[in-house]
Amino acid sequence: MAIIDARHDVPVMKRPALGWFFHDGFVVTRRNLIQTIRVPELLFFSLVQPVIFVLMFAYVFGGAIPVPGDDSGSAYREFLVPGIFGQTVAFAAAASTVGLAEDMHKGIIDRFRSLPMTASAVLFGRTTADAVRQILVLVVLSITGLVVGWRINDGLLNAVLAYLLLLLFAYTVAWVGSWVGLYMPNPETANTAGLIWLFPLTFLSNAFVPLAGMPPVIQTIAEWNPVSSLVLACRELFGNPTGLAPYDPSAPWSLQHPVAYTIITCVAVIAVFAPLAVRRYRRTTA
Amino acid sequence: MTPDNAIVAEGLVKHFGDVKAVDGIDLTVPFGTVYGLLGPNGAGKTTTVRILSTLLKATSGHASVAGIDVAKHPDEVRRVIGLTGQYAAVDEYLTGRENLDMVGRLYHLPSDYVRRRGAELLERFELSDAADRPARTYSGGMRRRLDLAASLVGSPRILFLDEPTTGLDPRSRQQVWEVMADLVADGTTVLLTTQYLEEADLLAEQIVVIDRGKVIAHGTSDDLKTAVGGDRLEIVVHAGSSLDDAAEALRAVSDGGSSIDADTRRVTAPVSGGSTILVDAVRALDDRGVKVDDLALRRPTLDDVFLSLTGHTAEEAEPEPTGRGRGRKGA
Repeated sequence: MAIIDARHDVPVMKRPALGWFFHDGFVVTRRNLIQTIRVPELLFFSLVQPVIFVLMFAYVFGGAIPVPGDDSGSAYREFLVPGIFGQTVAFAAAASTVGLAEDMHKGIIDRFRSLPMTASAVLFGRTTADAVRQILVLVVLSITGLVVGWRINDGLLNAVLAYLLLLLFAYTVAWVGSWVGLYMPNPETANTAGLIWLFPLTFLSNAFVPLAGMPPVIQTIAEWNPVSSLVLACRELFGNPTGLAPYDPSAPWSLQHPVAYTIITCVAVIAVFAPLAVRRYRRTTA
Repeated sequence: MTPDNAIVAEGLVKHFGDVKAVDGIDLTVPFGTVYGLLGPNGAGKTTTVRILSTLLKATSGHASVAGIDVAKHPDEVRRVIGLTGQYAAVDEYLTGRENLDMVGRLYHLPSDYVRRRGAELLERFELSDAADRPARTYSGGMRRRLDLAASLVGSPRILFLDEPTTGLDPRSRQQVWEVMADLVADGTTVLLTTQYLEEADLLAEQIVVIDRGKVIAHGTSDDLKTAVGGDRLEIVVHAGSSLDDAAEALRAVSDGGSSIDADTRRVTAPVSGGSTILVDAVRALDDRGVKVDDLALRRPTLDDVFLSLTGHTAEEAEPEPTGRGRGRKGA
């Protein structure tokens, strides 16, 4: 009794290559998002960390960090929340790095690579899912922010633009994180060594403290760090204290045009790391 | 043009740094057969399968699957193959059904077909009851069955099974064997790697024995056994002190000496002449007053084949280089 009907004339659907790219990308994105729903504890703890950061910085360090223009604690809290937004979306890369390392380790990548699917769809699915997950994180963080005194002061349209900028940034670092993840020998290494670059990236910035107090070299790095421009753009768009003097003609271009600088950096980073990651993926072996 | 053979490899070589994992392998697998790739850990079986299934590029040599060059047209090859690796490559967060659905969609099959085919396979592998549970709740055997089902969603003409029963309980192993028999009956070609000699013996029409990246023998199971020599007479003596007498007795009837394993009180000798030799042997032992616990005439197993071909048994494992040193071997 052969229940398996090993027909070799299976129906094959015809579609242009770009159609398959979106089809396969969607299938993989969905697969990655299902994981979010099935492992609620993972999502929960990824939310807890930024919330703790908000509370710690707001109430522990807040009094010690002066924000130019206002010395009261509430100004620091309004200054801080967009900084935590920036730091949190930057860590979206961690999910990509660890996720890909786990998929390689468990042989899922081998399975994908043995299928006639669009190769790059695995990475597009990964990065898209990791960015989409940040929507939920931003919602929870925004509510926490509102509780500690952060406000949207400059209209809904600008706020939406700020959120979109944060998601673009999450998507961008997810590509870098994917590229890193494909070099990781195992998930444990991915979870430690694979994430190291994220700490200088987020701390050498204006996310937690104003740039003015930093030593000269660090300050220059921080001024051109896209995390700084992202956070500054958000502060401006949300109408929060920026930590900068109202108008400083000597400020670097990245700080004078934070929205443009952030978008340009993101596009450039994706343009470099997406092809690198796809190339690495094609060659990778678990 | 219809190709003559399902899988052809000519002079396949794969180096990982200084390690020659595959060192010039030739294979010809006709359509509709089960072909066994037999060898110990580290022999190069997995590397060979990974090259043939487009996951690795060979350092040199040439391979085609269903007449399609694996290096030049990997995407075309992927349409006609299914692969089950050594590790159950299922997404543990997805349910069994979702896993099969995902793979079917990535094979670019219509969704109604994928749904029907997935249900069919879940039924066949006795996973219907667990179909809507996340795979992480599955036992090891269930995961392997799901993994095998995933490689069958696309009804591949050519199936690569890399140690499909390693670590399976006897019942799951039996199921996998039954499914393979069904598949072959339907005309699927199977390339099976295994280190279980009985498995190759049972399933594969043709066997290639590889060791240290090279083919060291090939043929049917019978061919290989004949190559090693005829039958073996094996006795277990009652008392260790009579081992020497027993060995001498067997030498009298054997084709070429006898060997003693003192630990198991066993004496073995190659013989020919069928069952009359048993009578001669019993008489010779009786003449010397040797008391025997067990006496048997047996055909050589593939273990004997391996030992005589390589000078070491199949179990004397060496780590197989995976190219990345992930340390995933031996799970």
